[in-house]
Amino acid sequence: MSILVNKATKVICQGFTGKQGTFHSLQTLEYGTQLVGGVTPGRGGETHCDLPVFDTVEQAVQRTQAEATVIYVPPFYAADAILEAFDAGIKVIVCITEGIPVLHMLRVKAAMAGSDTVLIGPNCPGIITPGECKIGIMPGFIHQPGKIGIVSRSGTLTYEAVHQTTREGLGQSTCVGIGGDPIHGMNFIDVISRFQADEQTHGIVMVGEIGGSEEEEAAEYIKAHVTKPVVGYIAGQTAPPGKRMGHAGAIVTGGKGTAASKIAAMKAAGVEMVSAPTEIGEVMKKVCG
Amino acid sequence: MSKRRQIDREFYLSALVDRGSERVIFIASAAGGMDIEEVAEKTPDRIISFQVDPAAGLQPYQCRKVAFAFGLESTQFKSLEKIMAGIYKLLLEKDAGQIEINPLVTTGSGELIAVDAKINFDDNAVAVHPDITAMRDPGQEDEKEHKAQQFGLNYITLDGSIGCMVNGAGLAMATMDLVKLKGGSPANFLDVGGGTNTEKVAEAFKLILADPNVKAVLVNIFGGIVKCDVIAEGILAAVKEVGVEIPVVVRLEGTNAEAGRTLLRESGLNLVAADDLAKAAEQVVALAEGV
Repeated sequence: MSILVNKATKVICQGFTGKQGTFHSLQTLEYGTQLVGGVTPGRGGETHCDLPVFDTVEQAVQRTQAEATVIYVPPFYAADAILEAFDAGIKVIVCITEGIPVLHMLRVKAAMAGSDTVLIGPNCPGIITPGECKIGIMPGFIHQPGKIGIVSRSGTLTYEAVHQTTREGLGQSTCVGIGGDPIHGMNFIDVISRFQADEQTHGIVMVGEIGGSEEEEAAEYIKAHVTKPVVGYIAGQTAPPGKRMGHAGAIVTGGKGTAASKIAAMKAAGVEMVSAPTEIGEVMKKVCG
Repeated sequence: MSKRRQIDREFYLSALVDRGSERVIFIASAAGGMDIEEVAEKTPDRIISFQVDPAAGLQPYQCRKVAFAFGLESTQFKSLEKIMAGIYKLLLEKDAGQIEINPLVTTGSGELIAVDAKINFDDNAVAVHPDITAMRDPGQEDEKEHKAQQFGLNYITLDGSIGCMVNGAGLAMATMDLVKLKGGSPANFLDVGGGTNTEKVAEAFKLILADPNVKAVLVNIFGGIVKCDVIAEGILAAVKEVGVEIPVVVRLEGTNAEAGRTLLRESGLNLVAADDLAKAAEQVVALAEGV
């Protein structure tokens, strides 16, 4: 097994006919993902990348039975796209878009509260179950089907962890980029609890960064509920306080959200913390080989 | 000129977008005029905070709660309610991340007045608020950080000697940390972004080299969608254009990494092509010290 997506998952793309949507849809199809169509309002009835284009997500779901969507629409339209997918009954919504105003996400999260729909992102690389289903912008070829679950707030740091676990021959069950925004969909606990329950996953890599307190909360959860080995890394130890480090959510304010606090919490929870991102693979090999 | 008034009491009042609760929250304290973080640490019981339901909006009872905590006279309740409603409205309409009034005071004659305030705006939303953007004063910002923004680069000045150029914010932070771990000190945070090109790479180099403290540069690229040979060509073009005289260590990994490394090695320029990030960090630290 894997978590959330597999070779049976039918996926549509919102922002399908745009530059990003087109480029990544072709990559996704090449990887073997069951991309079954896309949505661009006003372009319904056309064919793009040999797939049908729909005006609305509702139509796309009715015709294709899609259960997942990937969103490549510009930041000021992304909240609308997420809620359209939610309203149409999509179960896994992956939002790649970077730069969505935080108040938009606050309203999206309030609207989705209490539902079992999963939102991944925004401002993330997406989700991949190697060899089966790639939804997002990650380079497919660095992955290898295997036994490590990876969850991360950063795109390129996820690729580092993937690259190293592939090199060590461990491979990945599923990799989830939860995104670099302060208000976002799935958090570390949502993903880690699924990895704990997944038979294919033997070890978990958790990559966090400065800002917020989700790593500390995840540490509490791991301590109480996770029996599989967890290797952790936190980026931003040298980041100056009060400065936003690229990601909208990567900021230390009022002494909160420091790397030191997160590292201490994760260590106390029994997570194998690495001090360099280059050690993730070898340490995982040791604890999970 | 504002009128001279007798300040009777000082309060703290703020509203912000709270990432933990995913709500707008208000924070209020009768200990105004002081650093609120210090109050929170030493006397947490003197702080009240509550969430605003996004559908219902700010409610009068929530304002009364603050008024009672401040010990206001009943004649002042409406005034406080008006101020709080104004803060909430401003936050929503202008995409403010935080609005802080410190201090909010009562005067001898019983008026409620905001004496000083700070407002942060959401960088992701300023594009739709030209009135806010017009207030921006580049003179108040770091010159290099301001210039970087114009080229779509995320750049932050630090005080070390090793310039860093990386794709991706998380990897950029991790690269700085690794430089520190190997005994060096990063001169900057710089994320050139996922969809980078020759022009961006050249501008990034110029920014890094404009810092006289920089003794060596570490370029760390994990090519995903961006191909490493394209990045290498960008680096070569940039180095030729800018005329780099200090050592540059380049680590390329991912898509077409070997082709990229070959381009760098055969260029005849002062570049060290590393195939391992840990080694690249060690090399750049040694080179920075050797200069």
